[in-house]
Amino acid sequence: MFDPTSNPPPFWQNGPAPGAFYNFPNTKSGPSDEFQHSQAPITTATSIVAIKYATGVIIAGDLLGSYGSLARYRNCPRVLQVNENIILGAGGDYGDFQYIKNFIEQKIVQEECLDDGFKLKPKSLYCWLTRVMYSCRSKFDPLWNNLVIGGIQDGEPFLGTVDKLGTAFTDKIICTGYGAHIAVPLLREAMEKNPNMSKDEAKALVEKSMEVLFYRDARSFPKYQVAIIDQNEGSVIEGPLVVKQNWSLAHMISGYN
Amino acid sequence: MSLSMEGIRPHYPDYSNAPMQRHFSPYADNGGSVVAIAGDDFVVIGADTRLSAGFSIYTRDQNKLFPLSKTTVLGCAGCWCDTLTLTRILTSRMQMYQQEHNKTMSTVACAQMLSTMLYYKRFFPYYISNVLVGLDNEGKGCVYSYDPIGHCEKATYKAGGSAGALLQPLLDNQIGLKNMEIIGDSKLTIEKATNIIKDVFISAAERDIYTGDSVIINIITKEGIKDDKFELRKD
Amino acid sequence: MSSIGTGYDLSASQFSPDGRVFQVEYAMKAVENSGTIIGLKAKDGVILAAEKLILSKLHETGTNRRIFNIDTHIGMAVSGLIADARQIVEIARKEAAAYRTKYGTKIPVKFLNDRVSMYIHAYTLYSAIRPYGCSVILSSFDNDEPEMYTIDPSGVSFGFHGCATGKAKQSAKTEIEKLKLGNYTCKELVKEAAKIIYTVHDELKDKNFELELSWVCKDSKGVHEKVPDSVYSDAEKAAKQAMEADSESDTEDM
Repeated sequence: MFDPTSNPPPFWQNGPAPGAFYNFPNTKSGPSDEFQHSQAPITTATSIVAIKYATGVIIAGDLLGSYGSLARYRNCPRVLQVNENIILGAGGDYGDFQYIKNFIEQKIVQEECLDDGFKLKPKSLYCWLTRVMYSCRSKFDPLWNNLVIGGIQDGEPFLGTVDKLGTAFTDKIICTGYGAHIAVPLLREAMEKNPNMSKDEAKALVEKSMEVLFYRDARSFPKYQVAIIDQNEGSVIEGPLVVKQNWSLAHMISGYN
Repeated sequence: MSLSMEGIRPHYPDYSNAPMQRHFSPYADNGGSVVAIAGDDFVVIGADTRLSAGFSIYTRDQNKLFPLSKTTVLGCAGCWCDTLTLTRILTSRMQMYQQEHNKTMSTVACAQMLSTMLYYKRFFPYYISNVLVGLDNEGKGCVYSYDPIGHCEKATYKAGGSAGALLQPLLDNQIGLKNMEIIGDSKLTIEKATNIIKDVFISAAERDIYTGDSVIINIITKEGIKDDKFELRKD
Repeated sequence: MSSIGTGYDLSASQFSPDGRVFQVEYAMKAVENSGTIIGLKAKDGVILAAEKLILSKLHETGTNRRIFNIDTHIGMAVSGLIADARQIVEIARKEAAAYRTKYGTKIPVKFLNDRVSMYIHAYTLYSAIRPYGCSVILSSFDNDEPEMYTIDPSGVSFGFHGCATGKAKQSAKTEIEKLKLGNYTCKELVKEAAKIIYTVHDELKDKNFELELSWVCKDSKGVHEKVPDSVYSDAEKAAKQAMEADSESDTEDM
């Protein structure tokens, strides 16, 4: 019941109070401001497929930015050339990726400013990104990404990956997200049969993986980009390429109709 | 019923400073096992090369043994991102010691330092099972094992990591010769230690899905560190 | 210094009775002790040239640069105390980087000029600090538009078609005024820039110097860079020939 003796509830809590400065609702002023750390990705990108072949590295990723299950953005490039010796692919939160991308690009600009002829090398970027990801996770504010770094260092192809915790490793085959479950077995089998793949063989294999991923990964997209870096031919980004779809087998799969 | 506005005031999570539950875990269990056996003038340490998370194998070829000096090797299993960070700091601490004292850190000093470094992170620990091996100042083989927050124990043999609990009793039997009535007085040789490590890993790969692919073995004697590698089942 | 400065030249925070800030004027003197730098605006870009005085026979060519990259599209030539200048370079780079992260595009040189001028000017206001002993020239070629500014130790900045600071700024300016700047392309103007630096170099006082040339223009795709080696050697050759021709005509006159 309404009690006339108790004070009425404040009309507008945390709003401007007489004699006080205006404060935004519930913010404490001062350096000890609390903030909410990221706990889940928002706009996300799915798998990255990457393999190392005899003379170079290929990294592929589709162009979709998903908002939960909604295919919201259809042109989100997420493979890039960092400089002459490095290519990079990223899955996970697209905003975090753009943040990392800006950071790396600024690093490259600063490096070019020095003009001492030195170029960032893939292993250095890989190591640095590992430290960045680890330090963010240690602040409970992770960058929600899987990063795949490819490049040529000392004439040798390099392929490595870092996840949001700072878990980093190198391998001949690296796939993130759904690709880790669907594409890796395919690629490992092919790599076992033909350990010294040529560029064209590797490209065909990546193309096949993207196709299979498109059939089974509900967050994938039939348009993708491929970054290739080669000892002899330098680096290029190809695409947007289109997944060759063949649904003629579909009727044989139970549950399709 | 009270019509006071307190009851119907909407709650805006974005503007609340009540504690929130976090979904993010900074740790991962990347598996892996480490086994070490010390002898009179040698020590052998082995670690599998599988790096995994849940049912995915990240890579089949990840070395988990980190030589810190010519007589000291650290084997790590557990959270791989912590392992990377810890070992990086360790190597730089080794270098700083070298430059400050003009000599390489001894295994014993290294063992103490590792314990301190782990305990320093007592309230946000490195989630790693560490097994540090080396030759002590007398040239005797020694094994130190740690829990994630820096408890350190000296032993002559130790199994750590995902198959640690599986393998330790096996070592108790084979190396420790525990609860046996008739014990021969045969001395432990490098060959015997290496063979036991191999057998022990083959057994681990049989039952532990986080252990497999292959094993890298380091044999430390006063001559230096020798590498050995052999394959395990890959399923 | 002259008697009017007495008592009023120890601090940048006090005017003299006739309204001058002597510390700032002394800072400008510091600039006049260093090698000449010039900037020339062409139709399709901007050239920066520096006379880098070599004080030691053991100096390694190509080091101790006087022309810096600030961002991909902006260059800066510096004169005066080199250590002071390097700090200005660092500030300018940070401003450019901050603009990039904030707005996601390249910083307009007009804006950068404002920011760096403000920074330099702030150092002319306090008694506890001394002004920067350097002048800088900023160059850029963005949106098909060549732009160039100079900032002096007082924090004053102007846009120019051609400018010079350092030891021989007067004679360099005279030389620049002889050129019809609006008619040149960068390729042609590089030679003129080299010639000017060679002409104004005082062989009697300073023996050795190294010519530095940079451009930001259409040919360099809007990127500020050292001129390519071939362009550099052509320009240097042209400058040396011009000098020889000059000295021959001088002897004839005698």
